[in-house]
Amino acid sequence: MKKKGAEIVWECLVREGVEVVFGYPGGANMPIYDAMLNYPVHHVLVRHEQGGAHMADGYARASGKVGVAMATSGPGATNLVTGIATAMMDSVPVVFITGQVAAHLIGGDAFQETDVTGITLPITKHNYLVTRADEIAETLREAFYIARSGRPGPVLVDICKNAQVESCEFVYPDEPKLPGYQPVTRSPKALLDDAVALIEQAHKPVILCGHGVLMSHAEEALMQFAVKTQTPVASTLLGLGAFPASHPLSLGMMGMHGEAYANLAIQNSDLILAFGMRFDDRVTGTLKTYAPKAKKIHIEIDPSEIHKNVFVDVPLVGDVNTVVSDLIPLVDEYDHDDWLQEIQGWKNETDSRDIMNWEEDGKLYVAHLIADIWKATGGNAIVTTDVGQHQMWTAQYYQMEKPNRWLTSGGAGTMGFGLPSAIGAWFAAKDQEIWAIAGDGGFQMTAAELTTAVQEGANVKVAIMNNNFLGMVRQWQEFFFEKRYSAVNMLTPDFVKLADAHGVPARRVTKREEVEEAIEWARKTQGPVVLEFRVEQEDAVYPMVPAGAALHEMIRRPVKLAK
Amino acid sequence: MNYTFIALVENKPGVLNRVASLFRRRNFNIESLAVGRTENPDVSRMTIVVDCPNGDVDAHRIEANLYKLVNVIDVQDVTHQPSVTRDLALIKVKVGPERRAEVNGLAEIFRARIVDVAADSVIVEVTGTEDKIEGMIELLRPIGIVEMVRTGQVSMTRGVNEGVRRMPGMSDRHYDDISVAAMVP
Repeated sequence: MKKKGAEIVWECLVREGVEVVFGYPGGANMPIYDAMLNYPVHHVLVRHEQGGAHMADGYARASGKVGVAMATSGPGATNLVTGIATAMMDSVPVVFITGQVAAHLIGGDAFQETDVTGITLPITKHNYLVTRADEIAETLREAFYIARSGRPGPVLVDICKNAQVESCEFVYPDEPKLPGYQPVTRSPKALLDDAVALIEQAHKPVILCGHGVLMSHAEEALMQFAVKTQTPVASTLLGLGAFPASHPLSLGMMGMHGEAYANLAIQNSDLILAFGMRFDDRVTGTLKTYAPKAKKIHIEIDPSEIHKNVFVDVPLVGDVNTVVSDLIPLVDEYDHDDWLQEIQGWKNETDSRDIMNWEEDGKLYVAHLIADIWKATGGNAIVTTDVGQHQMWTAQYYQMEKPNRWLTSGGAGTMGFGLPSAIGAWFAAKDQEIWAIAGDGGFQMTAAELTTAVQEGANVKVAIMNNNFLGMVRQWQEFFFEKRYSAVNMLTPDFVKLADAHGVPARRVTKREEVEEAIEWARKTQGPVVLEFRVEQEDAVYPMVPAGAALHEMIRRPVKLAK
Repeated sequence: MNYTFIALVENKPGVLNRVASLFRRRNFNIESLAVGRTENPDVSRMTIVVDCPNGDVDAHRIEANLYKLVNVIDVQDVTHQPSVTRDLALIKVKVGPERRAEVNGLAEIFRARIVDVAADSVIVEVTGTEDKIEGMIELLRPIGIVEMVRTGQVSMTRGVNEGVRRMPGMSDRHYDDISVAAMVP
């Protein structure tokens, strides 16, 4: 059957099960937008392409499916760049479809021509320039396959305008033809045996749970393995939710702002089992003194991550779920009571420093607010964040029990991620409660998407933690730059009026006693809601491992008498 | 030290750019890169010489990262394998009739050829290993090199030998290629 290129695009998307696309039309993708009207795919008109990219990202993280974002050529495509890099750093499967000028104009600096495949080469898993209609079907087939398989990631397909309007025979290929792309899923038995030998000898093992556990749906296998071998589980920022926070073996988050006892457990352990994580500098501190007594087993689907930052004793390349499931029958049951006791000691010491155990002093602390939201939502909401202090407090105090509900920009650290990713997540889980926790700085970066939320009726609750500071930069200036505050003091608009102008119900909260009621009001109000919390201006996130310091050299919150 | 890799890649537009961009982004220093068609029209072959200050550690990183490129089909490290390596240079030497015989003599020793003769210059074509070409250049330099071009090194393993394929964790054999002790910087 002959079809136009633009129609083929939608034929492919429908076959890939795409239900929603986040995009923005323009000169070079108008044929695609014209054809769209005949296909059962919902299109969300975003206010800025970066917002569209984050929405597709949030949708993908919450649903486990491939997200799709669209933009036109030139500035439309370049506006996607931050969102593409965000998806790349966190291995999120998103297919980006951009329009390009007609093939015969390429290289001539035509109107709105930009070398998008060139620009996005280092921030995509793979990308394509399509110049003919008959390339579209196989390219999109490959794009979706590459995006979701192996170590997932963003794939960009740049489609020339002539390819959109030309017609050709449409056949959707059964299998992608990719001779150079064969992700490894299973580790050889000999290496599994090497790992088992290390596990047998270990007295102080720790599992480091990363995003890979969630991406490969290995939560069940992780639980079985941890319980069978009585191994405590520390999470990376992105691994939160893969292992229930309330489980006795959970150590919470590790790293720069991780729990002190999680970091101490790692530094004192004799065996590290890294599950789908990549030893980012934010979780290791300086590598010279990282887990010095530990042997290391690294389960990771991307071979280039093996020995990249930390040299490991046994690399197990493969899908985390498959490899851990293969390991479970090979290991014996252990109890590590002495080790768990030692960790409990560190936990007890931490309690006196925890702001949650302090007496109220009449000020609004973000940690308290997050705990309040956690309590009100039963710990079951999908929570998105921007980047900075509020993100770390949310990671620490919104205790995630279930997977795929914690959406945050980890590797890239992208401000402005919270609101759009929450809107995207809503399309994946309309029956779930969704909270976007934002800072006053980050919120202003993508605040225009409030209108998108209204237009779509997206039921997302936005909590702005307003301290009139770029809080994390301020904290660094306080700790490491002799409190010389440089460009961190921020005037904010009246967020309640701003929300009002968008037709979004909003409230400002300044006292702790108003918090509970405000949260309940937001939860009961249908559609998008904004809550602005005027929080303590110069609070700091503790503990903190200074950049370049060892993981156990943490700046701790000063001890105060618990209530 | 310089390592030599042979990469088989899909013969598609932009693949050279992807490989070059990878080396730039990951901060690897390319000494030479030669690309050409193979017996299979769908496959191009690259010989890449890279400076690897950390030895096998860098070599592993380069291979693993090359495999991340969707268009890369196979990567071998032939640095320590019995192999034939060749580089071709064209060297234009400023020389009149009076010293032509001297250049001719040098060319003969190096099994090079004079491929063009003009009134006051000749072009010497020399093929061989890096060392041999460097040697030839050193001897021609005092006579007067006007212009020079080199293809970059191409390599092929001898007989049934194959290069090392390092993909840690993918098979028992490859895991043993590098001891962990050797990888600690």
